[in-house]
Amino acid sequence: MNGLEDLLRELAPPVLAAVVRRYGHFDLAEDAVQEALIAAAEQWPDRGLPDRPTAWLITVASRRLTDQLRSEESRRRREETALAAEPGTPATVAAADEQTADRDDTLTLLFLCCHQELSPPSQLALTLRAVGGLTTAEIARAFLVPEATMAQRISRAKQRIAAAGAGFAPPPAGEWADRLAVVLHVLYLMFNEGYAATSGPGASRPELAAEAIRLTRAVHRSLPGDAEVTGLLALMLLTEARHPARTTADGSLVPLAEQDRSLWRPDLIEEGTALVTGALTTGPLGPYQLQAAIAAVHAEAKHPSDTDWRQILALYDLLERVAPSPVVTLNRAVAVAMVNGPQAGLDVLATLEGDDRIARQHRLAGLLAHFRELAGQPEAALADYRLAAQLATSLPERRYLESRAARLAGHG
Amino acid sequence: MKYMLLIYQNPATWRDLPEPDRQAIMADAGALIAELTGTGEWVGGEALADPSTAKAVRVRDGVPAVTDGPFAEAKEQMVGYCIVDCETPERAVEIAARWPDARLWGMEVRPLLSPDGVEM
Repeated sequence: MNGLEDLLRELAPPVLAAVVRRYGHFDLAEDAVQEALIAAAEQWPDRGLPDRPTAWLITVASRRLTDQLRSEESRRRREETALAAEPGTPATVAAADEQTADRDDTLTLLFLCCHQELSPPSQLALTLRAVGGLTTAEIARAFLVPEATMAQRISRAKQRIAAAGAGFAPPPAGEWADRLAVVLHVLYLMFNEGYAATSGPGASRPELAAEAIRLTRAVHRSLPGDAEVTGLLALMLLTEARHPARTTADGSLVPLAEQDRSLWRPDLIEEGTALVTGALTTGPLGPYQLQAAIAAVHAEAKHPSDTDWRQILALYDLLERVAPSPVVTLNRAVAVAMVNGPQAGLDVLATLEGDDRIARQHRLAGLLAHFRELAGQPEAALADYRLAAQLATSLPERRYLESRAARLAGHG
Repeated sequence: MKYMLLIYQNPATWRDLPEPDRQAIMADAGALIAELTGTGEWVGGEALADPSTAKAVRVRDGVPAVTDGPFAEAKEQMVGYCIVDCETPERAVEIAARWPDARLWGMEVRPLLSPDGVEM
């Protein structure tokens, strides 16, 4: 029933938006919509798709929510509330809500779930549930934590949003750009979580990368003229295009230069390249567009030696100006080394020494090792590969670094 | 990022602690677990039976050699662990420092290796 699952996930944001818009209570409404989605997944396969699936879901979710609000009220022994006096039963208002639901609902929900009061992991978890329509069990599996841990994280996130008094409305104009940047960052984190997932013990993990692409497409539909949204979508597509080539059957990582490029997905490369080309001409320039442009330059090289490293270096120079960070400097060092030789790359890395944000990271040591190997300093390279392997907190990355060290030591 | 917090104790000094002190340690640990459950950082944990019940197992030339007692002779022994999922290594250390055993003995904070990875 993959088709049904996809349909339900597609319907989740407009249904939640309609229920929250009418009744408020984002936290309870979100639970009610999850229950409605589960009811649909159980009932629709046997009874067939209802005539108006969105209205069906809004009706069921509204009933659950109003039941719960009523029972809470009576538990508090209060008088009949304004809620009961509100005109229209859930069934009759659902049709009206269905009409007002529009494509910006997904974006408004994203703003709410990526509220600045929440930590990035909480934003990510809540977005997957409330906007992505994933169950708590699925999200827990994706992050390799027990369901109870994830349930707690999500419920706490919802409590914080309620405490912050955030309503179901887009942010005011003055905050719009900053809030959108947070939404894009959460989608970017979601994609990276999914992209980094390897097969093996986590083989049944949901496809977070696909989910991130789906949600970013929805944001792009709402804001087709935003160059950074377009850039982020392009970056995801161009990165995902390499997915089939990035690991071997046993889960080992294959570095970019050694990937079988015939496995790269031409459909995603074509779409991503077209998107980023369009975004760069409309601007303003931003870090997602630049990273996508770099990915596009890699993608157009049929062979690693065809790579236009000068263009990549020019793009990294721009990226470092627009969004400086030690990680960008690290990546720029690769381009510098490819254009001007390994010693030039080492000179760039030297500027990072003593930078606490990256000094103890395996990527810096791994890159030092790589450049020293290319510069004909095998002993220094071996020591750096060993240090990098020690610092790595990823099993496949450690295995890769250990294999490089073993090869240099002459027993790989 | 997940971390395992290894809890170390000296079984002899634990045994000799006054009962109210032992109870206070258990209560502090329980309160901390409840707090970490609330923040969504608690992944799990277990307490271990006394090290004297341990069996050390080594296989040499295909033959298992089993000896009584813990693997390493040391005054302080691992008596339990917890796994937390938190944002920074500093936060993991902060949690370890609040674990009551840290005041009397010691804790070790070890990052777990992630099964995920990105090609270089």
